[in-house]
Amino acid sequence: MDSATATTQGEAPVHEAGEHEHVSLPQHRHHFETEEQQREAGSFGMWLFLLTEIMFFGGMFFAYLLYRNWYYDAFVAASNTLNIGMGAANTAILITSGFFMALGVWAAEVRKRNLLVWMLIFTTIFGCAFLGVKYFEYKEKFELHHVPGASFDVSQFINPPVDAKTGKTTENPLPPDVAQKTQIFFFLYFAMTGMHALHMVIGIGLLFWLIARAQRGDFSAGYVAPIENFGLYWHFVDIVWIFLFPLLYLINRHPLAH
Amino acid sequence: MSESNDSILRLPDQSTARVPKKNFITAEHGLMSWLLTGDHKRIAMLYLISITFFFFIGGAFAGLIRLELLTPQPDLVASDTYNKFFTMHGVIMVFLFLVPSVPATLGNFLIPIMLGARDLAFPKINLLSWYLYIIGGTLVLSTMVLGGVDTGWTFTTPLSTHYLNTHVISTATAVFVAGFSSIFTGLNFIVTIHRMRCPGMTWFRMPLFVWSHYAASILMVLGTPVLAIAIVLVALERLVGIGVFDPTKGGDPLLFQHLFWFYSHPAVYIMILPGMGVISEVVSTFSRKRVFGYTAVAFSSVAIALFGFFVWEHHMFIMGVSNYSALVFSLLTMLVAVPSAIKIFNWSFTLQKGSITFETPMLYAFGFMGLFTIGGLTGVFLGSLGMDIQLTETYFIVAHFHFVMVGGMLMAFLAGVHFWWPKMTGRMYPESLSKMAAVVTFIGFNLTFLPQFILGYLGMPRRYHAYPPEYQVLNVLSTAGATVLGIGYLLPIIYLAWSLKYGEVAGNNPWQATGLEWQIQSPPLTENFTEIPIMDHEAYDYEWLEHKTAQEVTTVG
Repeated sequence: MDSATATTQGEAPVHEAGEHEHVSLPQHRHHFETEEQQREAGSFGMWLFLLTEIMFFGGMFFAYLLYRNWYYDAFVAASNTLNIGMGAANTAILITSGFFMALGVWAAEVRKRNLLVWMLIFTTIFGCAFLGVKYFEYKEKFELHHVPGASFDVSQFINPPVDAKTGKTTENPLPPDVAQKTQIFFFLYFAMTGMHALHMVIGIGLLFWLIARAQRGDFSAGYVAPIENFGLYWHFVDIVWIFLFPLLYLINRHPLAH
Repeated sequence: MSESNDSILRLPDQSTARVPKKNFITAEHGLMSWLLTGDHKRIAMLYLISITFFFFIGGAFAGLIRLELLTPQPDLVASDTYNKFFTMHGVIMVFLFLVPSVPATLGNFLIPIMLGARDLAFPKINLLSWYLYIIGGTLVLSTMVLGGVDTGWTFTTPLSTHYLNTHVISTATAVFVAGFSSIFTGLNFIVTIHRMRCPGMTWFRMPLFVWSHYAASILMVLGTPVLAIAIVLVALERLVGIGVFDPTKGGDPLLFQHLFWFYSHPAVYIMILPGMGVISEVVSTFSRKRVFGYTAVAFSSVAIALFGFFVWEHHMFIMGVSNYSALVFSLLTMLVAVPSAIKIFNWSFTLQKGSITFETPMLYAFGFMGLFTIGGLTGVFLGSLGMDIQLTETYFIVAHFHFVMVGGMLMAFLAGVHFWWPKMTGRMYPESLSKMAAVVTFIGFNLTFLPQFILGYLGMPRRYHAYPPEYQVLNVLSTAGATVLGIGYLLPIIYLAWSLKYGEVAGNNPWQATGLEWQIQSPPLTENFTEIPIMDHEAYDYEWLEHKTAQEVTTVG
């Protein structure tokens, strides 16, 4: 089959003779009638896959909703210990990464190879920066004994540190049984941000592969489907974070009224 | 009436007919041409072989369960071994047989052809889904060899997270991986149905088989990820003790039930809907009539998919959910009976004044309609709150579930395999032997599961390996029935294998059916169609077929 097409390459347009000028892309798969059909099928498939991803994260968001309602005080106290500076920085970093990805899709569409490669590289760099910040955040949790499990320690929530200036506690102290429930918050924090980070790691892996192919010029001749679909995935990962950041870091943030 | 009405089977002259030399089976040779194939028909064959394998393993466990229950005393195996038996039976049958059974084999084979396409939208993902299935299956087998798991197929927390030291993690991984196989199959179907229909193939010209797969695919794509996350959380709970399902840490075991049944109730519609698609095709073909109320049957599939997502709590009525939500879920559960009944009534009206013939697929289809009706109606019993408290966790549930899944789905699967066997292999199975197998299956099935309704009503709990002596008569009947049923399932595999070599040559359209798949050679070419067809008639248009065959030369290849 392959050799047959190779030998009759010059005659290939004869098939379409009289209908319209037809330049066949090497990436066109034979079971699709047209390249447009192939491209639409690909992007539709990607959207469906993202739908399954929403359902996957949905289970955890549901658990968050349930336990936040049940253990409101513990969730407030635990949420206030998160590092809002790092969270905000990461939000900015991730949005920037998404911006470069969007530019990358544009670069592929206007067939600029070098620009595409650079945009993908920037996307990767900012993605890695996000994971780097996340590493320091997780490290902080380890030091504070906020990681659920055997070393989990609730003393900070039962006896909150005293602010030197005002002489008051920085947080309302929690009764020990309520303080235990902060562990649920931290588990959900690790599960949700961890699952998000896993998606980032997979995405960065794919980015390396796409950069190599873009460098080869695969996506600068009109075949942009992989870039487009990866873009959808990358923006999906962004959006998950856009929901995680307010729900985990911001929603309980309040000036402490005494 | 004349004798030509006894059968619609029309085979080519056997002295000259032969299976086309060029077809998807002979297109390439060697093991690797199968293991690395992108052809949906070959992948369907791979699936057919692997799910049959797992069906017989799951069936063997069913046999062991029935053997233990032959006597009231726990004498064959120890109690925890018995727990492992029914767990392995459930896990294998649900996740490795029922969920992929019709979609991954018949659906994979037929959907592109029925739509007039050359392949599914994503052939490589299709192959990936088979490999994921095999990885999941291998994990289950290794669990079995290493000593099994005894959580029940439902992984109920906190039993599965805190009180067992069997191989929960590897089974959970297996279910997780097999789940992704099912997601990819569903995703592939939806994209194919949306984007790959041939010219003229409008939504309401699609065969009902495709409609029911579309509805099942929506359930696969939306439901399975929730099972995946529930399973991940169980595994994390076991590994690091995270506490989401642990009451001592503030977690709630009921949350697991919600997440699990949010998938696993729609999952029973994933299992039954494709079977309903098979029945629509078979009933129409063997009554020589367009399916009565085509649009209603098509929409009822979608309605089942839609309602199916809002009934999960009926698995939890006795678990301390709020009375008000139980009320709502009970009502919604009864609503699902409406689209199911629409289907049954429409098939019955299709039969009315049709030219009915009784070939093997039709016998299985009749079996489906009767048994599914009983299974479905007992489901309404269980959906009513008062009855459920009496009947849940008894053999009544076991009987109900098996009437729908074995009496319904397995009958439909066998109907489909027989119906499309000539298309898949180019050869006919032996007709009289297969009719006998269909009847044996029906008798064996009823003998096995009707007594279980009574047992459950009398109060015998499920999942116990011992019972009071007064239940023995009914249990012996059930075990005897299981033996007959086992023979009913062994027969097809023997004669179908035989027919691969010695069966009569089927020709393109032995059943005189109208679907696009019957208008091409059997077995089909790798690319299905030499040129993409144009759909210029409604589905199930027998006049069109008559007109077409009157002036056509049929040999291809």
